[in-house]
Amino acid sequence: MTATQDSPQVRSVPQPVFTDAEAGAKVFPDSTERHFNYYTPQKRKQSHYEDVTVEVQPDPRHYLSQGWLYGFSDGRGGYPLDWTVLKAWGSDRPEPARGPGTGGKGYDWPATGWHEFRDPNEEWEMTLYRYNSNVVRQVTQNVEAARQSKAFEQWNRNWIRFIEHHVGAWMHVDHGLGLYLFANANRRAPTNMHNNAISVNSMHRIRAAQDLALYNLTLSEELPDFDGSAHLETWNSDPAWQGVRDLAERLTAIDDWCEAIFAANVVFEPLVGELFRSQLVQQASPGNGDFVTPTVVGAAEYDFAERDLRYTRAMFELLTADKEFADHNKAIMQDWLSDWTTRAIEAARTMQPLWSQPDSKPPRFEDGLDRAKSRFSGIVIGLGLEEPKELAQ
Amino acid sequence: MSRQSVAKAHQKIQELSWEPAYHEPVSQYGTDYSFQKAQKKDPLKQVLRSYFPMQEEKDHRVYGAADGAIRGNMFRQVQERWLEWQKLFLSIIPLPEISAARAMPLLFRTVPNPELHNGQAIQMIDEVRHSTIQQNLKRLYMNNYIDPAGFNSSLRNFQNDYCGTIGRQFAEGFITGDAITAASIYLTIVAETAFTNTLFVAMPAEAAANGDYLLPTVFHSVQSDESRHISNGYATLLMALSDEGNHQLLARDLRYAWWNNHRVVDAAIGTFIEYGTKDRRKDRESYAEMWRRWIYDDYYRSYLVPLEKYGLEIPHDLIEESWNQIWNKGYVHEVAQFFATGWLANYWRIDPMTDKDFEWFEFKYPGWYEKYGKWWENYNRLSMPNGHKPIVFEDVDYEYPHRCWTCMVPCLVREDMVMAKVDGQWRTYCHEMCKWTDETAFRPTYQGRQTPNMGQLIGHREWETLYHGWNWADVVSDMGFVRDDGKTMVAQPHLDLNPDKMWTLDHLRRCPPLQSPNVLLNEMSDDERTAFAARYVRGGPAGRAPADG
Ligand SMILES: [Fe+2]
Ligand SMILES: [Fe+2]
Repeated sequence: MTATQDSPQVRSVPQPVFTDAEAGAKVFPDSTERHFNYYTPQKRKQSHYEDVTVEVQPDPRHYLSQGWLYGFSDGRGGYPLDWTVLKAWGSDRPEPARGPGTGGKGYDWPATGWHEFRDPNEEWEMTLYRYNSNVVRQVTQNVEAARQSKAFEQWNRNWIRFIEHHVGAWMHVDHGLGLYLFANANRRAPTNMHNNAISVNSMHRIRAAQDLALYNLTLSEELPDFDGSAHLETWNSDPAWQGVRDLAERLTAIDDWCEAIFAANVVFEPLVGELFRSQLVQQASPGNGDFVTPTVVGAAEYDFAERDLRYTRAMFELLTADKEFADHNKAIMQDWLSDWTTRAIEAARTMQPLWSQPDSKPPRFEDGLDRAKSRFSGIVIGLGLEEPKELAQ
Repeated sequence: MSRQSVAKAHQKIQELSWEPAYHEPVSQYGTDYSFQKAQKKDPLKQVLRSYFPMQEEKDHRVYGAADGAIRGNMFRQVQERWLEWQKLFLSIIPLPEISAARAMPLLFRTVPNPELHNGQAIQMIDEVRHSTIQQNLKRLYMNNYIDPAGFNSSLRNFQNDYCGTIGRQFAEGFITGDAITAASIYLTIVAETAFTNTLFVAMPAEAAANGDYLLPTVFHSVQSDESRHISNGYATLLMALSDEGNHQLLARDLRYAWWNNHRVVDAAIGTFIEYGTKDRRKDRESYAEMWRRWIYDDYYRSYLVPLEKYGLEIPHDLIEESWNQIWNKGYVHEVAQFFATGWLANYWRIDPMTDKDFEWFEFKYPGWYEKYGKWWENYNRLSMPNGHKPIVFEDVDYEYPHRCWTCMVPCLVREDMVMAKVDGQWRTYCHEMCKWTDETAFRPTYQGRQTPNMGQLIGHREWETLYHGWNWADVVSDMGFVRDDGKTMVAQPHLDLNPDKMWTLDHLRRCPPLQSPNVLLNEMSDDERTAFAARYVRGGPAGRAPADG
């Protein structure tokens, strides 16, 4: 039997009730205390970013009264401060001791200088999805417009080779660092502000890698003689790339999370990443009739120059200006600079043969490297460090 | 995505992964599991070019709903009974979410299949999404709900309070110890696959019934990412199963993870759904009914049992025992009663139950009134300050329980309490399984096998120890659960916001000092301790003293 119109189903639904549970409906203690009262904002007012970020990851030095509950096999839990050799003020004070009748109070918030870091990009979920969606939409549209106007067909043979081998090979750098350096480091830092900023950086790199891979796929579909797998052979065996590959792998092998971010964003990116993207690809493309590749590569360049470098600077400036450990930190970072600058310059020089491959040549390698070096110097000096002598190599 | 199909794009991005030729990536986490390096498929098939706009679109809906809720004065229809419990829930949940993000790298080196790493990175950023979108929801509640107290101190509160500490297991268990135990079995195979259904599907339905349609909007949006994470876990589990040497560890970890999730999640979510609602329609599902559907049928029967043929040893006995705890032993009722007994240590208000609630409980859980009815009548009677003390100090035939060292929920089903001297300290456990977790599972050997990567239970796991001998007014001040007049408590055992009806530190000052059951237990002689245990297990239900004294 089917239900007929004169036997309507009685639906069981919760009834709305007027409760007047709205802000301001009554006056009582705390009725106007509408801000998070457990942290001090960086600026005068608490920002939306701070509200959704600060204190989500606890620290036994201020509020976590019962301490961490689960540890590794060595009995250490949470986010040990010695996962980096750098220090922020307060780092050397012991965790508050707890036992019968000790109470739960720790040091006054923030307890250590680590908690003073704020991501100047103010990244949280809303911003990161908006930003990256805009990038992928823009890149997709640019490539699509080029495809429709048959822009790729003007490319000469050598330029096609250059794109398939060398622009293609860079996707592996982005992917490897995105996963094994940045995503890996999101487990390592002592505050939620650090780890969120690092995870956003990770997604920029992984997205940039995929942008290049999908661009490569479009080109394989559009250009009959474009070899979509050439990037693999280049990455695996082209001698001009083995310096970069060696260095990228070495970066993923760093244990200290601060050293990893520092080596990648303060040294590798300006001296190798920007050298490749800005001094080579962006400069060579127009002369070879290519107006599309710069928009794809430019997206990654913008990620780094405008977002990732920005938080990196804020993160390390705080440590080189630390009220307790500035000298300690600067000495270590200076050593890191020496080590990684040597390696980065070596990797950059190994890439030099790339400069002579396009028909229409980019500006000279040495000029490009000089520009990369002076940009790098500016970053280093801005952090309160000295330009390493290894830069002269 | 327009031209390139997602499948083709996904195929292409497989070319991104490469094996190191010069230096191995750093290896920072250990596991006692072993994995064969084998070509695997990325279970997610997710390409960022479509992923980011998809998430952004979901965001538009969430933030659109948030604007609408405020413009539409949603809070004029929200039940305070319900929203007060969100002060607890939303203080805890952003940490488990972000911990899931932090857990992903534990799998990079231990599961040597680069095809899976892409999915893990996407899960990482999904979890950043979940954590911050939930913080944002809480911020909105703080700004728009009548009583901001407890929301405004949220992330300090959950770090100090024993309830927050219980909840923290559901985060710290993801990021420490054996990498596979933590980030795969505990996080994805049990917490996400089994228990997110009750968290993110059952609970939102109850929120809506209490006038709050924002929580469902946010949590359904969160849950829509969950199927991806479940696929991640499933792929790893199948790989682990393909090596027979892992079967013993899988059996151990499923037992630990299942039991801990049951103890923690059922305690919290069960309480919110049964005691935090005003919806007493007889045909609305009880937590037990939801559990039967989501966890027993959907997870156990449909997900776990089919894995038995691949050699997975399923903890059938524990699944039945969890049901036994919920259905026969009143686990959720015991927990809710304890939360209400200890209201003065909390940072939210707990509404008394009324006749209408009693009727519903009796209908859904026959025999409920006989066990818990009297006590809740007393709770109601003692809710406004009127010369008496908070209920925990009054004679209502309720004995303050000892705490379980492992799950940190008190030993509420009194007959199940067990005791052991572990690491030189006498400890009580709520159940044989929690004792096993501490004594047997979280140890460097297991059934004669070396398990050097297994984690440890650490920390000051009994909250009361910290305040042993303290006056309650000082305890509450120390935790910071005081309103802006410097004396009115954040927590209240009723919903009346008239300042004359609210409890203050002055009321607490006159109460007896806090005593730590564990400190007292360790001060007992052996004979006293034996007698204590023999008496304890004869107590209950509903916290009653043993009938024969
Ligand atoms: Fe999540
Ligand atoms: Fe327990």
